[in-house]
Amino acid sequence: MSAEGPILEIGETRLLPAHVTAAYVSEEVSRVTEKPAPVGWWLVFGVALMFLGVLGVSVGYLFWNGIGSWGNNSPTAWAWDITNFVWWIGIGHAGTLISAVLFLFRQKWRTSVNRFAEAMTIFAVICALLYPTIHVGRVWVLFWALPLPNQMSMWPNFKSPLLWDVFAVSTYFTVSLLFWYVGLVPDFATLRDRTKVAIRKRVYGALALGWRGSNRHWRNYERAYLILAALSTPLVLSVHSVVSFDFATSVMPGWHTTIFPPYFVAGAVFSGFAMVSTLMIISRQVFGLKELMTMKHLELMNKIMLVTGSLVGYAYSMEFFIAWYSGNEYERYVFINRATGPYWWAYWTMVTCNVISPQLFWSKRLRTSIPVMFAITILINIGMWFERFVIIVTSLHRDYLPSSWGMFSPTLIDIGCFTGSLGLFFTLFSLFIRWFPMIAMFEVKGALPGAQPTHHVHDEEHAEATGALAVQSQGGVT
Amino acid sequence: MNDTAIKKRPVLYLAEFDSPDAVIHAAESVRDAGYQKWDVHTPYPLHGMDKAMGLGDSGLGWIVLLCGLTGVTAAVTMIQWMNGYDYPLVIGGKPPDAFASMVPIMFELTVLLSSFGAVFGMFALNELPKHHHPVFFSDRFEAFSNDKFFISIEVEDKKFDEHKTKALLESAHPTFIELVEEEIA
Repeated sequence: MSAEGPILEIGETRLLPAHVTAAYVSEEVSRVTEKPAPVGWWLVFGVALMFLGVLGVSVGYLFWNGIGSWGNNSPTAWAWDITNFVWWIGIGHAGTLISAVLFLFRQKWRTSVNRFAEAMTIFAVICALLYPTIHVGRVWVLFWALPLPNQMSMWPNFKSPLLWDVFAVSTYFTVSLLFWYVGLVPDFATLRDRTKVAIRKRVYGALALGWRGSNRHWRNYERAYLILAALSTPLVLSVHSVVSFDFATSVMPGWHTTIFPPYFVAGAVFSGFAMVSTLMIISRQVFGLKELMTMKHLELMNKIMLVTGSLVGYAYSMEFFIAWYSGNEYERYVFINRATGPYWWAYWTMVTCNVISPQLFWSKRLRTSIPVMFAITILINIGMWFERFVIIVTSLHRDYLPSSWGMFSPTLIDIGCFTGSLGLFFTLFSLFIRWFPMIAMFEVKGALPGAQPTHHVHDEEHAEATGALAVQSQGGVT
Repeated sequence: MNDTAIKKRPVLYLAEFDSPDAVIHAAESVRDAGYQKWDVHTPYPLHGMDKAMGLGDSGLGWIVLLCGLTGVTAAVTMIQWMNGYDYPLVIGGKPPDAFASMVPIMFELTVLLSSFGAVFGMFALNELPKHHHPVFFSDRFEAFSNDKFFISIEVEDKKFDEHKTKALLESAHPTFIELVEEEIA
């Protein structure tokens, strides 16, 4: 999907090792779906399935008894449920960032990572959607959120950010799914053409839609890909902005701030990259794909975490500054209370994990060490969960009147719903890496050195000039 | 029915190439020879191939534009009618048909319908899904999705001539050339 062959900048090395050819890519990626799964996969899948069971039991209990089974109370009417929702949605954002934004910026290293990250987006959004669905209380009338004619002759309130959320998140899910599937079609064709097993031939054949690599098709396909990337870029920014409107348009101290949309988006990208890295480190280990997902990829991801982690740190300090500068005593109290009140430990966990830990990535030695980056990505995942917890619970538990202050503590069902959603996520993800091509083969092939023709213009009068250019660019690559 | 009873007729010539340079040069010569019903099959999009085949710009953008406009119009009409006219709601002291609060959903529906246009429009323009195509009769063709490049010229083409077409393809030095036949019932 590149306009020309890879151009190396000073000090830049090749992205993939020299022996990686198109055939090598097909073989390495497809074999994961063709050979029996390694023990590591069964381990991850088994544990994930167990937690999926926990989710089933927790949600079943909750549906039977009502959402009073959660620890939510008055004043903390939103607690773990919304924390989990925002956390999962945020994780999803990295997938779109990698597949769309980095595509528009022609960052070719994304080709090894994007399929993976897009799958993560879809599964994370599925997990996220679980919580608002349950939180409405009466799940069987969830459709009241949609503008459907009903016996009450009422319409939804389109001025509510919660309704914007319904539209934003469902659009996001649909578009991500389409984008993902479009990218998968040529790779399903590869799986279809490689296999001799009848059932695989049928299933992958059906999914590949009869793809035959026609250039007349690629022409529309590439345009569709470009348009989807251009649409997804503002979409991903809008989704977390709308999620932040749920808070920012309220009159709660600690929520009613204009910094929320960009702050939420930066945090979303931050946590999403951490989750992609966690998954990549595990998968390349389990399936031995270290030649295609190289240290260079991981290092680039770590650099993005360093940038977005610093943005998030800036947002935290700016929030504090504005609370003081506003001169509003409620606003000031909320922030003092966050850092020194009963939930101080949550606040300082958040700061340690999100602001301090990514700063270790300034060191080249640390950001190229697998154990270090694995630990940091886990810390970031934890820290970003605490960020949402801090925003939601510490703002709600002490708002205006001391007589209505309270505390929140989670119940067993809260814990079951959260750990269970991790089970759902990892179950879906394990199935994905086992049966789908987890690296976008055709995109990696197209970005390999020598994959694109050296002659772009073949008019007689330009032949000489381009010939010279071709030699130059060849010299640059090898 | 035994083997001898099966009748076959040629449907297309298929030439296989090893490198992107070889296939793009071959495509240029097929284009210059004036063929219309022919195609290039590659494992990934090759840049400069549209020009080498003499293809114009993709028309997909127009479909997407139309879908996007439909999305934004639908959003405005729906919200105005539902909240402003059919069941007026005054929330936060805003007029029932306040514009600012409509913007997020206008945006989301524009993106949603545009994406439908991009994806389903692309499949429609490409006439996919289409599981049956004569190129798949060739045993070697499946290498297109691995690392080989192919050119197919259909018998249906006005300029098709079994010897001349073969000579044209051979002049581009393919690694393999094959007359693909289909069975007639």
